Amino acid sequence: MRRGIEARRDGTFRVRLPSDERDVLAALPGQLREALDAGEPTLYRLFPPAHTDDDAANAEYAGLVGASLLDGKVRALEQLERTAHADTLSEDDLGAWLGGLESLRLVLGTQLDVTEESYGPLDTSDPDAPRLALYHWLSWLQEEVVQALATRLPPDGS
Amino acid sequence: MSQVVEAPVEIREPSFADDREEDRPWVVIVWNDPINLMSYVTLVLQQLFGYSRSMATKLMLQVHNDGRAVVSSGTREKAELDVSRLHARGLWATMQQD
Repeated sequence: MRRGIEARRDGTFRVRLPSDERDVLAALPGQLREALDAGEPTLYRLFPPAHTDDDAANAEYAGLVGASLLDGKVRALEQLERTAHADTLSEDDLGAWLGGLESLRLVLGTQLDVTEESYGPLDTSDPDAPRLALYHWLSWLQEEVVQALATRLPPDGS
Repeated sequence: MSQVVEAPVEIREPSFADDREEDRPWVVIVWNDPINLMSYVTLVLQQLFGYSRSMATKLMLQVHNDGRAVVSSGTREKAELDVSRLHARGLWATMQQD
């Protein structure tokens, strides 16, 4: 049976993942939330500046939306953690998976200094290989979520 | 009741240059990054802005190939809202006056 996520006709989504992969999925959000609480600097990628060359406007923007951005990301991670072992997800749950996986990939990808060339075959002699493998697995899973959610969009020309 | 208000000492005459400065629309730019999946960027543009799949794909490819694309425009307030919605979804977005 195919691993991955499938859209069902009743509006829900079927998740087929081995339990050891689900354990990883349930453990990662807590680690990232702890890093968020500690305000680790590699997390800057989650909160980009709104202006390229205006520090005052960026400070104003961060004051205006920073807290709600953080809140949204933390909520998605919590929902992902809660539903990591579920076989059936609502569209709202899967949206949280999409957002949670996005934050996990952004932070891990930034820490690993991922480039467009990082998507080739894994070099097992690379000391970062285990974390790169995790990054690629998160990418695969996010792609599955994207494809499943894309079936819910209105078709072109409608 | 009313109160007599003193005329301000200085009156700043609006200039045509100021009008143009304020009227120029703001654009929202999405920048290329090596982490976001191409399919994810397309999905987000469809979900946030209601773009068709072909329009969203075109903008995503522009980001991928040219390094950036304008995805929306309007008042400063609208641009700021759109940037924050893109940031909520993890895309690298900025705003600037056109």
